[in-house]
Amino acid sequence: MATLKELSKQNELLTGGHRLCSGCGIPPIVRLVLRAAGGPVVATTATGCLEVGTTIYPYTAWRIPWIHSAFENAAATLSRIETAYRALTQKGKLPGGDKDIKFIAFGGDGGTYDIGLQALSGALERGHNFLYLCYDNGAYMNTGIQRSSATPFFSNTTTSPAGEVIPGKQEWRKDLTRIVAAHNIPYAAQASPHNWADLSRKAEKALRIQGPTFMNVMSPCPLGWYTKPEDSIKWAKLSVDTCYWPLYEIEDGILKITYKPKEKKPLEEWLKPQGRFKHLLKPENRNLLDKFQARVDLEWQRLLDLDGKRI
Amino acid sequence: MAITMTKGQAGLTGNSAIAYAMKQINPDVCPAYPITPSTAVIEEFASYVADGAVTTELITVESEHSAMSACIGAAAAGARVMTATSSQGLALMWEMLYIASGMRLPIILTDVNRALSAPINIHCDHSDSMGARDSGWIQLYSETVQEAYDKLIQAVRIAEDETVQLPVMVCLDGFITSHAIENITLLSDEEVQGFVGEYNAKTTLLDIDHPVTMGAMSLPENYIDFKFQQSQAMARSKDAVLKVAGDFEKRFGRKYGLFEGYRLEDAEIAIVILNSAAGTTKVAVDELRKKGLKAGVLRPRLFRPFPVKELAEALKDKKAVAVLDRADSMNGFGGPVFNELRSALYDVPKRPKVVSRIYGLGGRDYKVKDAIAVFEELRTIADTGMVDTLQKYITI
Ligand SMILES: Cc1ncc(C[n+]2csc(CCOP(=O)(O)OP(=O)(O)O)c2C)c(N)n1
Repeated sequence: MATLKELSKQNELLTGGHRLCSGCGIPPIVRLVLRAAGGPVVATTATGCLEVGTTIYPYTAWRIPWIHSAFENAAATLSRIETAYRALTQKGKLPGGDKDIKFIAFGGDGGTYDIGLQALSGALERGHNFLYLCYDNGAYMNTGIQRSSATPFFSNTTTSPAGEVIPGKQEWRKDLTRIVAAHNIPYAAQASPHNWADLSRKAEKALRIQGPTFMNVMSPCPLGWYTKPEDSIKWAKLSVDTCYWPLYEIEDGILKITYKPKEKKPLEEWLKPQGRFKHLLKPENRNLLDKFQARVDLEWQRLLDLDGKRI
Repeated sequence: MAITMTKGQAGLTGNSAIAYAMKQINPDVCPAYPITPSTAVIEEFASYVADGAVTTELITVESEHSAMSACIGAAAAGARVMTATSSQGLALMWEMLYIASGMRLPIILTDVNRALSAPINIHCDHSDSMGARDSGWIQLYSETVQEAYDKLIQAVRIAEDETVQLPVMVCLDGFITSHAIENITLLSDEEVQGFVGEYNAKTTLLDIDHPVTMGAMSLPENYIDFKFQQSQAMARSKDAVLKVAGDFEKRFGRKYGLFEGYRLEDAEIAIVILNSAAGTTKVAVDELRKKGLKAGVLRPRLFRPFPVKELAEALKDKKAVAVLDRADSMNGFGGPVFNELRSALYDVPKRPKVVSRIYGLGGRDYKVKDAIAVFEELRTIADTGMVDTLQKYITI
């Protein structure tokens, strides 16, 4: 794997000057992944913050060929770009001659867990050679913080508001990484931008492996989490240290936890700084907090039980 | 969302007014999916749900295709159902729009008008609802926040009318109407409840003792007959629109016809235009009238069904008419309202010259000077009887 120094010398394939918010987790994730490709890349992005924030005409922040088509179809779009690549390579019609091109689709949690799930599932099943990367900020952020099926338990969003009778989102989040792994693809992983080395290594591996690969990456969102921009990386780290967002990979069916916190932090430490969980910290909602912690413990234990095993 | 009201008046955005009307209607089920610029409707409605201000079941579905599918399921089960969307959301519902109307389900949808991709754009034009114009939905268009609020309340009665039984789409302009605050007169909850009444679906999937099959396969022996009935219901719905508007006026004093004419009666030249841009055009009319030009505006309120007779009657003695469309049919022959209106005027003995002008796509400003320029063109056409350019883009 490249060292940090080597990585820092490479050209930025996603330039600065885009319009994503300060403290947004998406740009560092995208940059690390594009660097990890180490060669030509073609990418697509589902409708969402990354797409809107990087491409307001006549500007683009992308120094690679890139396309946005719609919200629900990033995987379908990319899978056919990859197909065209194979078809045109075979006919010797690739502009500038044959090349080893990597294909990456980026989508938010709404565009991946919800509206784009059908297209993702289809592309994984067909076995195209691409990486699908979901940046999971836990809500539809681009349209103003509406709940998605990735939104954490009890989170206050604009369509699951903490109101007088209903205290935020009532459903546990969908475990997309597990759903993706159930497609028996060669590689799926969870990562977080605070651990750049782990993220880069996983991206390199995902892009090296033949066949469909998937990464689900925690992406802090100061706007939707009601946190300070300068603390984003800190809260990404804490999501991992509380085991809300475990870092692991599933390679050829074998699950491996890639980081085990020395000391598993109480979930409350991660929730406390985030405005979206403010209501959970009221004494009368202690039971909700306990329920949340219990569920995190359960999921973490499930993962520990699977560590090193074929799933 | 606490609404501050003084003597029934409140300053509200179009989206807030729609959400408030939905709260007052208190439908049984509301499937919801966010999209700019209609998102605030479902956000504000979600807070009514979270605060216990309504008894509605809010379903935060995973796509608009599922939102409309959920509307269909719930309506087939006998519930009163409402949702809101825009642009790509309406486009993704498209398959289900036809199924909703084909099953004759009285679903209510607010479409906050927005342009369609590509290129992606979040601002106002009418491409989204115009794309759905043949889907069998009644379409009501509104110039103002007040009108959108009143129309949504009327829509419930129109859709559920025994002679109609069709879904209704209430359209208002993205950002221009959805996000601008207007001082409007609200009805009380009791007035709204009294007006919309209780909904008792005649046929429902939940009537276990009277099982029904919905969405049956229909072969050439029957299919066209279903469509014939649907088409007749659509044609009939014009009367229901007027009947409901009449009752609304009697109770609350605000009058709505099939279209609005502004200084139209004695006008020699006229612009036909939907929604908020009619307001801009009216200002142009006032300016030109001061200079002695007999200009007027016709703003259709009902586009589906298309009030052919009434619109032809209103325009039959004009010399020249420009139909301004905030959507292009991409047919090389003007916008959708133009094509239908020009056809409506075909049987008029001394029909006016009718031209198409496409304006304001993707939120491009349409200003008083743009309207004046069109009126100036119409004046030349009226004077010479000659049309130089039948269709073109303006505001470019
Ligand atoms: C069919 C369709 N429905 C809705 C939208 C509106 N929309 C655009 S971006 C977005 C939210 C995206 O959320 P997510 O995928 O979580 O990405 P993020 O905004 O957080 O980057 C929505 C709802 C759309 N563009 N197309």
